[in-house]
Amino acid sequence: MFKFGFWLQRVAQLLIVLLLVTFGVSMLLRLIPVDLATILLPVASEEERVMLRAELGFDKGPIGYYLQWLGNFVQGDFGKIYFSGGTENVSDHLKQAMPRSLLLMVYTQVLALAIAIPLGVLSAYRAGRRSDKVISNTLFTLSSIPNFAIALLLIIFIGVKFAWLPTLGYVPIAEGYWEHLKHMIMPVISLSVGLIATYTRLLRADMIAALREDYVTMAASKGLSDQRILWRHVLRPSSVTLMTSAALSMGGLIGGAIVIESIFATYGVGFEVFAAIAGRQYIAMQSTVAVIALFYVFFNLVVDIGTGFVDPRTRDRRVNA
Amino acid sequence: MSSLLSIKNLGVNFDTARGSLEAVHGVDIEIPAGTSVGVVGESGSGKTVMCRAAMGLLQGSNVKRSGTVIFDGHELTAMSKEEVRNLFGSGMAMIFQDPMTALNPVRRIGSQLSEGLRVRLEMSKKDAMVRSKELLELVRIPNPTAVLNSFPYQLSGGMRQRVMIAIAIACNPKLLFADEPTTALDVTVQAQILQLLRELREDLKMSMVLVTHDLGVVAGNTDYVAVMYAGEVVEYAPTTKLFADMRMPYTEALLESIPKVDHKSGTRLAVIAGRLPNPTDRGAGCSFAPRCKYAQEKCHKEHPELKKDPDGHLYRCWYPIGVAL
Repeated sequence: MFKFGFWLQRVAQLLIVLLLVTFGVSMLLRLIPVDLATILLPVASEEERVMLRAELGFDKGPIGYYLQWLGNFVQGDFGKIYFSGGTENVSDHLKQAMPRSLLLMVYTQVLALAIAIPLGVLSAYRAGRRSDKVISNTLFTLSSIPNFAIALLLIIFIGVKFAWLPTLGYVPIAEGYWEHLKHMIMPVISLSVGLIATYTRLLRADMIAALREDYVTMAASKGLSDQRILWRHVLRPSSVTLMTSAALSMGGLIGGAIVIESIFATYGVGFEVFAAIAGRQYIAMQSTVAVIALFYVFFNLVVDIGTGFVDPRTRDRRVNA
Repeated sequence: MSSLLSIKNLGVNFDTARGSLEAVHGVDIEIPAGTSVGVVGESGSGKTVMCRAAMGLLQGSNVKRSGTVIFDGHELTAMSKEEVRNLFGSGMAMIFQDPMTALNPVRRIGSQLSEGLRVRLEMSKKDAMVRSKELLELVRIPNPTAVLNSFPYQLSGGMRQRVMIAIAIACNPKLLFADEPTTALDVTVQAQILQLLRELREDLKMSMVLVTHDLGVVAGNTDYVAVMYAGEVVEYAPTTKLFADMRMPYTEALLESIPKVDHKSGTRLAVIAGRLPNPTDRGAGCSFAPRCKYAQEKCHKEHPELKKDPDGHLYRCWYPIGVAL
């Protein structure tokens, strides 16, 4: 059943994607028409800059530079962030930022799916009726509010006015799970609202299409309840688009949650990218983008495998029906 | 003989953007217990809608059903959805035209087949699987254990249709609706499936409603035939009587349009000119009048009522064939 060759091919494809992304970023870096060593060490002497160029491979040409960076990257050396007073390892920054971003992403996806799936099923089942209209219109309204506005509203009401939840900062799980969750609730809600609307709509559309299929009438003619038909027969074949969409939104949640991370000061990977750009830390930027791409590709592979379980037809490539 | 299924004045309307679409109108059919009744008509004549409406499988707020359907002493049209559902499987079951689309593409055959047994007959998971295997043997599927673990896309069309029949007969229904069970299959497989249905009907003492557009299928497999046109039953008679002594010009035209083996090659096939009337806007007269070669002025003006010969032969025609006026 498990097609080993197929998955090997899939992994190879993803590795190629990773190489292309990292190579692209590397090239962009070299296109900047200034001396990178001068930017990284603005107040250093010329000898120090020469040493830096040699150390980072700036003197080797674009391909040589990329290969050297790649060699370091796969060995876990993500480069350094340069300060006037010294350097810090990018890997140390990411070690702190990555768990925050990953947890934020996982919680957001879980919350969004946990709400969107029942809503999507309900609104497809009641398509065109009042409950469907209420759900669709409410979600449409909510999804047109930008997530920073939701974040600010949450802070004003839940954080400040009622003082139920802390408005700032991140607490690691090790310091108490409840404290950790309390700091995550508002950022997670801010990020989920838009996703809930998207997911619900996708699932609703696919379920409505699936509900017209003969196999649904067939299931009804076996004497099954509507509940059972919806959850056991219709949801699964309708969830492939939803899963794909969830996979695609992971990249945005890991690396693109800068605004929410800044508002709630839960500085994650998105903020690291932003800081690297703002501080012209090009090496840090290149490595951080590569790490984001790595996770993005990894989660897409996971969803691919999941899709194979949800819809067995996608596992078997000989099938064209 | 008592009727297992009795359909009286059944009507189905679909509300559409272009107005109310009358898919089935004033259908009366009696299915005596232990018999097989064919429902024949061209595409769009309302055969499938009639069957699904009789079972109560048409869903959606735009569907309006009228008339009464009495199955085995239960008035389905007066019962709640849940009550009707309790008759599915063990009372009535249906097999569908296209076995590709009527089996759930993402679930294994075993789970689809045993599901009805578990829900309707409250069997344990293990018993249901054992029974499922027996059912697959009953519909003559070689290697049933492997098929139980397969997905529909891994089976051929004929195998899928056998699986669907197995699902339909799982809870030993009294009445089986077979909605064009052979249309999507190769001719050789068609014959096998029809043979299987015949044998199962005898072994399980099932009645059957066989929907088809193929008069040839009806001829060997049914006791009675209802001919449908534009949502109405236009003729109803015992099968042998219908073929020997039809009343409706439409039935005659249908028979004439079947290619014969002794036709010389190059012979033009007979066709029924024209198309079905627009279901949102029926004329006042007989629905078939615009295409009927015997049509007279009255046919275009007045809608014929169902008439009954002394022997029970029903037809809907002002100028029936073989009847002196």
